[in-house]
Parts: sequence; C-alpha cells; structure tokens
Amino acid sequence: MITLLINGQNHSVDVDPETPLLWVIREWLGMTGTKFGCGIAQCGACSVHIDGAVMRSCSVPVGSVGAGKITTIEGLSPDGQSHPVQRAWLAHDVPQCGYCQSGQIMAAAALLKETPKPTDADIDAAMTNICRCGTYNRIRAAIHTAAGEA
Amino acid sequence: MQLDRRQFTAAALAGAFSLGWRLPAQAQTGAAEIGIWAVVHQDDSIVVRIARSEMGQGTSTGLAQLVADEMDADWKFVRLEFVAPHDNFARKRAWGDMSTGGSRGLRGSVDYVRKGGAAARSMLMQAAAARWGVPAADCTASASVITHTPSGRTLRFGEVAAAAAKLPVPAEVTLKTPAQWTIIGKSVKRLDTLPKVSGKLQYALDVSVPGMLNAAIAQSPVFGGKLVSFDAKAIAGMSGVRHVLAIADNAVAVVADKFYQAKTALAKLPIVWDERGNGNVDSAAIALFVAEGLSAPTAGTGLKQGDAAGAIAAAPRKIEAVYGTPFLAHATMEPMNCTALYTGDAVEVWVATQNGEGALAAASEAASVPLAKVKVHKTTLGGGFGRRGNQDYTRYAVLLAKQLPGVPVKLIWTREEDTQHDFYRPITQCRLTAGLDAAGNLAGFHMRISGQSIMAFASPGSLQNGVDPRMFQSANGEEFGYHAIPDLLIEHAMRNTHVPVGPWRGVNTNQNAVYIECFIDELAHAAGKDPVAFRRPLMAKNPKNLAVLEAVAAKAGWGKPLPPGVFRGIAQNHGYGSYVACVAEVSVSPKGELKIHRLVAGTNPGHAVNPQLIDAQVDGSFAYGLSALLYSEITIAKGRVAEGNFDTYQVARMADMPKVETVVVPTGDFWGGVGEPTIAVAAPAVLNAIFAATNRRIRHLPLKDQDLRPA
Repeated sequence: MITLLINGQNHSVDVDPETPLLWVIREWLGMTGTKFGCGIAQCGACSVHIDGAVMRSCSVPVGSVGAGKITTIEGLSPDGQSHPVQRAWLAHDVPQCGYCQSGQIMAAAALLKETPKPTDADIDAAMTNICRCGTYNRIRAAIHTAAGEA
Repeated sequence: MQLDRRQFTAAALAGAFSLGWRLPAQAQTGAAEIGIWAVVHQDDSIVVRIARSEMGQGTSTGLAQLVADEMDADWKFVRLEFVAPHDNFARKRAWGDMSTGGSRGLRGSVDYVRKGGAAARSMLMQAAAARWGVPAADCTASASVITHTPSGRTLRFGEVAAAAAKLPVPAEVTLKTPAQWTIIGKSVKRLDTLPKVSGKLQYALDVSVPGMLNAAIAQSPVFGGKLVSFDAKAIAGMSGVRHVLAIADNAVAVVADKFYQAKTALAKLPIVWDERGNGNVDSAAIALFVAEGLSAPTAGTGLKQGDAAGAIAAAPRKIEAVYGTPFLAHATMEPMNCTALYTGDAVEVWVATQNGEGALAAASEAASVPLAKVKVHKTTLGGGFGRRGNQDYTRYAVLLAKQLPGVPVKLIWTREEDTQHDFYRPITQCRLTAGLDAAGNLAGFHMRISGQSIMAFASPGSLQNGVDPRMFQSANGEEFGYHAIPDLLIEHAMRNTHVPVGPWRGVNTNQNAVYIECFIDELAHAAGKDPVAFRRPLMAKNPKNLAVLEAVAAKAGWGKPLPPGVFRGIAQNHGYGSYVACVAEVSVSPKGELKIHRLVAGTNPGHAVNPQLIDAQVDGSFAYGLSALLYSEITIAKGRVAEGNFDTYQVARMADMPKVETVVVPTGDFWGGVGEPTIAVAAPAVLNAIFAATNRRIRHLPLKDQDLRPA
C-alpha cells in the first residue's frame, strides 16, 4: 500500500511501486485533469508539481514520490480558475483543443514560482511541453501577463 | 494584455456550464426549444446546439455567434451544447451534416444555422406580440429583449420562451445583412475555455463508465499484414489482465482493469504476424517509385492552357527543379481511443470524432446492429487535424466490445501505436519546369506532381477517369494563383504505396504550395526580379490572391531594410475558399542554425466571423506547418513506420515558434475557411527566406537533416 499526498489529501493505493504516477492519478484515483500524451516525458501533458517542482508524471514511479506533496491541475486553485496562470489563460483565450493545457498551466505555474519575471528565453527553456494546436504564442503572452499580476 | 473584467466574467459564466454531450430532456425545468438550434431558459440563458465537432478551432463558438446574432441574443447568455449523432439520426438529420473537416465547420453550415437563429427570433417576437396583443411588426429585438416600439414595453426572451416554443417554426425568414451584424465579426471569447483551464473537461480518454475495463491494441506493424497467432499464456497472471483477444484479422488487444496494466502486458505478448509481402518495402524504394512518376509518359491533367512544352522549348532559358515532401503523421495530443459497450442488440460508444455520423455508421456496422440501436456520445477532441475523420478506432473498439457483451471497454492507442497506425499525409515529389525569355518574363510553366492519392486509398469510386482532383489543390482552375501564365500544364502521376493515407490539416495545399511558391521564387531570382514584382503580372487574373499578397508585403515592410543578417521570403495560396499569404523573416547562422524571427500572415476569408479566433488559427496552423517544415517525417523500414514517439517524430515547440502577426482582410463577398488555409504558406515563405539568407535552395523537407550553412 502506497500513500500519496495529492492536493492536500492523503490517498492510499495498492499498486506496484514501479507504476508511473500518471496512471495512479488517472486510473487508480480517477483524477483525469492530468493527461496522457506520450508516456516517455517528451510532451508534458502529464505535468504535475511534486514539492513545487514540475514533473512529468508519466515517468515518475509512484514508489519514488514518498511524502512528496503532489499538486495536480485540480489542486492548483480552489475554484479551478483563480490561480494567476489560469486567470491569464482565460484572459488570452489560450486553449484550442485544450488537451495539453493542464500540463502547460502546471509548467507555467512552476516556472513563475522559480522565475517570477521570466524573459522570453526563460520561457523557451522552461516551456518545452508540446501543443499540436500551436498555442505557443498565447501561452507566452499569458505567462507574461501572469508574471505582471503576481 | 490587461485582464478585462467584463470579458473575464463572461468567460467564467460561459465556462461554468459543463459541455454536455446530449440534448436535455424537453421537459427540463424552464427550458424551451425554439426551433432546433436554440433552447432558451426562463433565466434568459440560451443554449445553442452545435452539430459539428469541436477539435480546437473554435468552430462551436463561431457557430454560436452565427445563431445568436440572427436571434438578436445577448451574447453573455449564450452557451453550447453538442448534438448527439443518435439524436440527429432519430430526428431525420434535423441538424444536417455533422462532419467537421475541410475547414467547412462554419462555411458549410452558415445558411441553415443563421436561418435557425432568425426563426427563433421570429418565434420569440411573435410570442411577445401575442402577449401584448400587438402586431409583431411593431416589435424589435435587441440583446435578448423584445421591445414594443410604440409603447416602449419590453419582455425578455426568457419570459416568452415557453410560449414561443409552441409556435410553428417559420419556413421563410429574412437574414440580416452584414451591416446589421452585432455578434458576427466580433472577437468574442471562446465559450469552452474554462473547463480546459480547470482540467475538468472530459475528453474521450477521460470517460469512465461503471464496470469499464481498459484495453491496449497492437495492430499489424506492417501495413496490410494479418494476425497469425498470439500466446496469451505468456502474459496470463500479469497484474490486472482479464482477456487477450483478436480484433478483426489484423490486431490484438489485451483487456485489463487498467490501461497501464493492459499496455504493460501487451508489450510482453508474443505475436506472430503475416506481413503479406510488404515486409521489405522501405523509404528508399518508395522514393524511387515516386520519382519514376516525375517523367512517366502518362499522367492525369489538372490544369492546361496554351502549350507549356512548346513555350518552354522555345524559351532561351529553361529552369527546372525537383521537390519532395515525406509522409507525415497527425500526432494529435490525445491518442486515438474509444469506449464501447455492446449489449447484444445495441451498442453505445464514447468517442472523439470529426464525423459523428461516421462514428454511428462504423459502430453499427462493427456491432451488426441497426443504426437506430447505436448511441454515440461525442466528446471534445484532443486534436483532430483530419485524423479523427477516419473511424478505425471506433470500429476496433466496437469489435472488441462485441466479444465482451455487457462490459464497457475503453480501447486506447499508445503514442507509438498512434504514430505507427495513422492515415498519413501522402508522400509526393514534384518536377517543375519553366522558360524565361530574354527580358526575364515567364514563358511556359509545367508542374508534374507524382505520388500518393488519398482518394485512391479512401474512396476509389470517386476518382474521375483515374484522376484524384484533390491532388491539384492550390493548382486547379479555381485555386491556382497565376492564371495569367498563357502556357500552363499541371499534372499528377498517381503512385500509390501500401501506406495508408488521409487528410492532414491543409491536405495537398501543404506540399503544392511549397512546390509552386518556392519555384516561382526560383524563377524570380533567375530572372533577377523582386519576388513580389515578378508575381504581379502573373497574378493579373487573380486579383484576390494578389490583394492578400500585397497586404502582407505592405504589413511586413517588403523591400524596406532589415536588421543585418535578417532576410525575407514570401508566398501566397488559395485553398478552402480563402486567400492567404505570408512573409517570413529569418536569419541563418554561419553554422547553419535557422532562426525564424517573424511571420506576417494575411487572410481573406470572405467574412471574418471572429477575428481573434482567426488569429489563433493562423498561429496554430503555422505551428503545425512549421513542425512539418522543421522536423517531422514518417519513414518506412521493413514495411512499417520507423518513428514511434515524440523523440523520433519531432514537432515544433515553444522555442521554435516565431512571432506571428496577422492581417485579416475580408472582402465580405463569400464565406471561406479558417482552420486550414494559412498552413500552406508558412513553409514556402520560410524556405524562400532561407534562400535569401543562404543562397541555398532546400527542395526536400524536413529541414532537420539539411545543411543550411550559407553557400
């Protein structure tokens, strides 16, 4: 039995410790805001925070998380829209299909925590998540907006 | 950009409503169906029904604008609901075509959805007039309020909705003129953003049905191959595994409690395939096969005027070039998946599809149940780009579920399976030949495309005397931009491989625009002329193409000085009903590193329903097109796709994305597409700028393995 602290709540799951955190979150715990895109930490659709740092949960064995505090998109803000990054995303109408956006938002929130006023180069380096709809320019603009607000 | 409190509130309000899959029961409290396109609630909220799919382009918001404007609705009350394909079937296709592709979501619906909005307005006005006992002609509507002009009395839509719903739907309505539009043409925000920002939107991959099992699929790695056998005993006892089942004659699935367990077990399942003779085909052989078509004696004709061969032979200078583009996968962010429940005499599927009715038909056929016994729950698509027009994943999920009656099964493609079992953008090459006279004027233009046809693969019965007319996108009588060339011949030699092909955002405009626009640029340079000045006389018979070209040239400052080391290229195209152009600004380092600084795009989509959504589609189409230009390539080795995940099938990321500026120049006299048209011009504009920067002509994509060091 593994105990995970996700969005402030403890969850106990009976699962092989090698199972990627992504699948435990999605399939064992039924929280589907964190997305499956590639399974090899390439696309970032599965991004979550562990102790505030962004991690690609498809490549994190659940047994390695220990007492780490996990935050998923569902836990980023109490109402799902009031985190500065979420507000900026709404202001810029960022999402197109939206599938990658949970991961994009989690990556952006972690970037802003680390680098409150990121330059374009900082954004290029940190925001390596894939968006096939090509919302990159609005993501960039929204990150600058969120940085201005914070 | 400042947060606009009013817009923010509207977006939050709109998003607060979940995006339902099904129509509400008619008896739902206070809801009144006013015609078929709009439901008005007592609290004034308006649900606009959307028959097309939403795959990211904002089609649903645009359609809602069309309906709401004709209703004279207050936009802040408008939200969305998707029509279920089985409801459309049950009501004799009342909502019309549900397929979403070819950039037709709006332009293909524009008449009947606006009429639906106008009919609802008329019914609401009549109900109000009846309540007052006055002629409807004395009433006006604006922002969801009906006013009796002589007395100044008002009624809200919500107050008369129940009465309006009982009135007959008028057969004849008068649509607004563009000058009367108040919502069409406005950059309103999308209605579906909040659940995408909160993580609450359920995509097909997120569907959960009580008692559901999850499955992973392995299809024959070699296209056309068949399943011979598998050794289920080898994975028996692995965690969560319930069943190992063949699907059709070319796939096998492991069914488990969780998908992670299913895919883990499937990776260890010994499977024997029959390659059916395609196991030795590789990209080199395909390239030779396609190249042969460039000089084959016969080919289908797309466009012919005058005597191209004669004009070129008589010209003092002959210019020739051969271009090529590879197979490409769609790589939607949400991998293919479908959940199906078969119950003996009926089947139900939960699926992301570009073609709701196609999914209904595929499920019916696979389950061997009548169409009336199928339910299709459409979800928002995690990307489509043409991939989700094919219903292979619906079919496979139902064929699997049919073997487990009463058990809902979600069948999911891994990323590798998704990349290796796509319907790929077709491979083509193109030989272009032209003459230049002594003054550098174009004398004869011959374009020979060789390569694979989607129509021959997907609907061979539609071929016209063996010709696939869609091979000539951007190069046909309607779309070719250079009709002033008197001697012109455009042909296609069909060369079909064993690789399945399908529409990929922009379809054949992608490669044809590269071929035409880069070769025109070659000719301009050979003639010693500016690429815009060289095009002008050739485009004399295509004023709309030229107008957009001039608009982007002006916006980009064409001909004006640039910072040291930065160079421009230009391209134009006409496809999916819209006229588009692009100027690219690039620099290339001495080591050959490309930097795309800025893309200036122009589009004339006829009517611009929502300019900010058009901007988003220009950005998005450029990102998709730049992926193909810079990185993406599907290669074939041993009859199968060599690439698997995003490490080998690379796509554009944030750092690759240039600044994009868009000029929207609608002429207001037609309805053109938005999702696809602009994709065609990004790659040729960048390639032409690379030539300006390096003196190198790159004629084969992608750029990732090309030497770009300035020559």
